[in-house]
Amino acid sequence: MSETKFLNEPLDDKGGPAQPLLIVRNLKKFFPVRGGILGGKKAMVQAVDGISFKVKKGETLGIVGESGCGKSTTARLLIGLIEKDKGEIIFDGQDLGGALPLRELRRGVQMVFQDSYASLNPRLTIEASIAFGARVQGLSDPVGRARKLMERVGLAPDRFAQRYPHEVSGGQRQRINIARALAMSPRLVVLDEAVSALDKSVEAQVLNLLADLRREFGLTYIFISHDLNVVRYISDRILVMYLGEVVEIAPVDDIWNFQAHPYTRSLFSAMPSMDPDNRTKEPPLAGDPPNPINPPSGCRFHTRCRFAETVCSAKAPTLRSLSGGSEHLAACHLHDLGSGHSKAGKELAP
Amino acid sequence: MTENLVDIQKLCVRFDGARKVHAINDLTLTLKQGETMALLGESGSGKSVTLKTLLRLLPPKRSAIEGDIVVNGVDVLTLSGKKLQAYRGEEVSMVFQEPGLALDPVYTVGDQIAESVMRHKGVRKEEALSTALDMLRRVRIPSPERRLRNYPHELSGGMLQRVMIALALACRPKLLLADEPTTALDATVQIQILLLLRDLQKEFGMGVIFVTHDIGVAVEISERIAVMYAGQIVEEGTTREVIKNPRHPYTRGLLAANLHDTERGTRLNAIPGTPPSLESRPDACSFAPRCQLAEPQCLASLPPTHRLSERRRVACIHADAPAFSG
Repeated sequence: MSETKFLNEPLDDKGGPAQPLLIVRNLKKFFPVRGGILGGKKAMVQAVDGISFKVKKGETLGIVGESGCGKSTTARLLIGLIEKDKGEIIFDGQDLGGALPLRELRRGVQMVFQDSYASLNPRLTIEASIAFGARVQGLSDPVGRARKLMERVGLAPDRFAQRYPHEVSGGQRQRINIARALAMSPRLVVLDEAVSALDKSVEAQVLNLLADLRREFGLTYIFISHDLNVVRYISDRILVMYLGEVVEIAPVDDIWNFQAHPYTRSLFSAMPSMDPDNRTKEPPLAGDPPNPINPPSGCRFHTRCRFAETVCSAKAPTLRSLSGGSEHLAACHLHDLGSGHSKAGKELAP
Repeated sequence: MTENLVDIQKLCVRFDGARKVHAINDLTLTLKQGETMALLGESGSGKSVTLKTLLRLLPPKRSAIEGDIVVNGVDVLTLSGKKLQAYRGEEVSMVFQEPGLALDPVYTVGDQIAESVMRHKGVRKEEALSTALDMLRRVRIPSPERRLRNYPHELSGGMLQRVMIALALACRPKLLLADEPTTALDATVQIQILLLLRDLQKEFGMGVIFVTHDIGVAVEISERIAVMYAGQIVEEGTTREVIKNPRHPYTRGLLAANLHDTERGTRLNAIPGTPPSLESRPDACSFAPRCQLAEPQCLASLPPTHRLSERRRVACIHADAPAFSG
């Protein structure tokens, strides 16, 4: 048995290549905010409010959005760390909670978190941390598996196996977290701001590693980040969230050339310019994102949108294809001819 | 020499704790009146320590400081007592990364700004509060009269950072130190704060030293960039010079790692390895172990500082080599 073969004993491909690896339908999660003397429910944070998307086998889906938009809640729902309120999560054709028990899902989906230190048990050696999941799931030779993976992510097992998380650098700890995720031979890896805390020079090394591992193990990634340049580099498609909803989803080159939703456009123009002769002159948006406890009515972006009209606060737009069958979807009345918006269907001024 | 607002000569900072850390090694830096300089570097490069030394915020018992710092004619390293208190806030003030932690949760933002004005300007509370109101207007906080009576937890992250800037500028310091003030903010809010700082700098004419790890942020805010690595400045020049014609291999690597116009799916030309631990004082080029162009002499002695022009310098033997790709 070759080395990678040994590590690569994933779950069987049940649905075939045409079946999306993950289908999310109308997923909802509200968190109660408690307050008052008796600690009763005061309000609900509408963290994720009815989102739907698909992830194809072998692709990388990038998720971008600002704090409070629900991207991390989405990630946690996908690996069953928190329970959904409503909606469906279908992994390779099997419904989570129905045909697919949570334990099986955790074999197929693994996650790497932003805080490399907080996500490791400080009392376990690196080797023990990586082997832990495989041991719990009853996979063969958890320790041997851990040592081979350490080698693969660039940590010499002889030097690092018996060290503790506080004894290594941030970049090395994130490599440990990646190895631990891979120890379960997952098919989908959710990377939640996995490189955001790293220094730029180390980030590039980890991005190279992620690209290699994807090819080698045939992985599918969901890559969550606030850094558009990183998301563009690694993703095949990009999904943009705003206040718990999906506002746009498109192949990366399409969205880079044309941002259909005014929020996406603002997010892209908020990227610092890299040209000292052509610095940003006007901030694209004023103010902070609204509170997800009491999101605006209709289109949630209408309070900050310069194209907003009455229809935008009255009616929530649906996510629809820009042109028949196009993979570029946006939720904006400007792109819906029947919406009643006066500029609907007209080319947006950049 | 008098035209320099900040003049740091051969600064060395060493921390003597359970283990020794040579955080700053032989750092020389000048800033003219009204200039904005970005100190660009990764974690552990000494950029925040430089700022803290300028404000004398380092714990005196555990830090050994050598060298000279003169800010606006004041010898900073010999200050103590009342003179140090006056220096902080009046001559120099600072904006931190986490405004939520830097502001006191039990006082209203108006009281906090007013307290600093009363203390430094010796005015009565009413007058100080009207200065505070004026400052909130200048940092463009909507309905400033109402915000004056808000507590920090009632404000969003972007608003808090505006308050922090109002507080820092209330006594009209000659020098503003900014320690990654936009790193914790969302992208659409970050650009608002950067442009606000740029406008306020023009309005008040103060000098600014802006610490960041993000090249894009440095380009937006600064006229000059000094790149730090292992407690030293490896390259300095105008923003245009450093971005368009980087000479130090580390600067070139950082620019490549920014992924600004990297082809999707191509392999990144990552700088290998990690920064040194600085347990001993560097006696050779600190970047040499990670450098593609390293030669035996890089590992044998400290690199020479090449002055390409009066205020453009590169600490590398290859500083004169033509730009190479990647």
